[in-house]
Amino acid sequence: MTEGTLIKVGMADLNIAEGGAVLKTTGLGSCVGLTLFDPDLRIGGMAHIMLPSSDIAREGQLNIAKYADTAVPELVNRLRSRGAAIHRLIAKMAGGAQMFAFMGGADTMRIGPRNVEATKLELERFSIRLVSEDTGGNYGRTVELYSHTGIFLIRSVQHGVKEI
Amino acid sequence: MNLFRNNADFKLDVLREVGNIGAGNAATALSTLLNKPVDMAVPTVNLLPFEEIAKRVGGSEAVVIAIFLRVEGDAPGNMFFIINREPARRILQGLLGFNAAENDEYSELELSALNEIGNILAGSYLSSLADFTGLRMSPTVPSLAVDMAGAILSYGLLQFGTMGDDALLIDTTFLEGQQEAEGHFFLIPDPESFEKLFRALGVPF
Repeated sequence: MTEGTLIKVGMADLNIAEGGAVLKTTGLGSCVGLTLFDPDLRIGGMAHIMLPSSDIAREGQLNIAKYADTAVPELVNRLRSRGAAIHRLIAKMAGGAQMFAFMGGADTMRIGPRNVEATKLELERFSIRLVSEDTGGNYGRTVELYSHTGIFLIRSVQHGVKEI
Repeated sequence: MNLFRNNADFKLDVLREVGNIGAGNAATALSTLLNKPVDMAVPTVNLLPFEEIAKRVGGSEAVVIAIFLRVEGDAPGNMFFIINREPARRILQGLLGFNAAENDEYSELELSALNEIGNILAGSYLSSLADFTGLRMSPTVPSLAVDMAGAILSYGLLQFGTMGDDALLIDTTFLEGQQEAEGHFFLIPDPESFEKLFRALGVPF
């Protein structure tokens, strides 16, 4: 595999890549790293989702990459505008951890699982197949999507590198 | 993000003093605990993009030891005590008297000791702040994680997350003698807490 250009996706950010470029986002905790990939066109997209729903947004200028219910449609649109077909898209995702143990029932502290649930709901809405995921747990993850192969790499401190 | 209606510079100064008082007491507590001098740098107070916050402690992927607790009461917020592995080792050695964590594995005892240190320091930070402001502020039970800074700190940014892509961070660095940074104290008050803090301190909001 040729070393591709690295495209960094920040927190509450999204981007797409083709031509062998690699999408990368670092330090996912409760956030979800969602990727969509069109195997025929070899084009992929990644979103670093921070919160489940834009209903709770109080910002003036909504950052649509931040919320599951706005980031997924945007990512789909960006890929479609480059020729990708929804029915070919396959999704992989990681993150949604619960970094700290004690938090009890407080809703903000269940944010990881809620991000995962909200992202899955959006994928279902578009009938996009989620082929694999590495979510939950209590540890941080850095993820990469290789736009040529659709390979999704997950790095963590405790568990090393994993490919899904 | 428009966090303060007016007098932003003066308000940042006030928050710097809040950090000074809180972390000053915590530094004294740490110094007593370790029986050696602990200095601190003047706190920095900034409205920072989320991405920048993890850079304060080595970047999003840097592995740090973090004790997190939620501040409850009149002016809620998030608090982190963050140390790198090397200073954590020195602290454990000073406190427990044995060569701790030769590899990167920490024993239950070491983690528990670090958690307790975080608890004591956060307690002294908050109680001095409560005295100073007259506000009720109490820490939840602390929780410890050894992991990527970005993954850990994102927990403290959720309250700001609904408002924009920046958070107001009160950051105080601890120094051990002439050595480099020993640790950081991060206080990230919830966006709603600023009005209460300023009113309590007699600063017109």
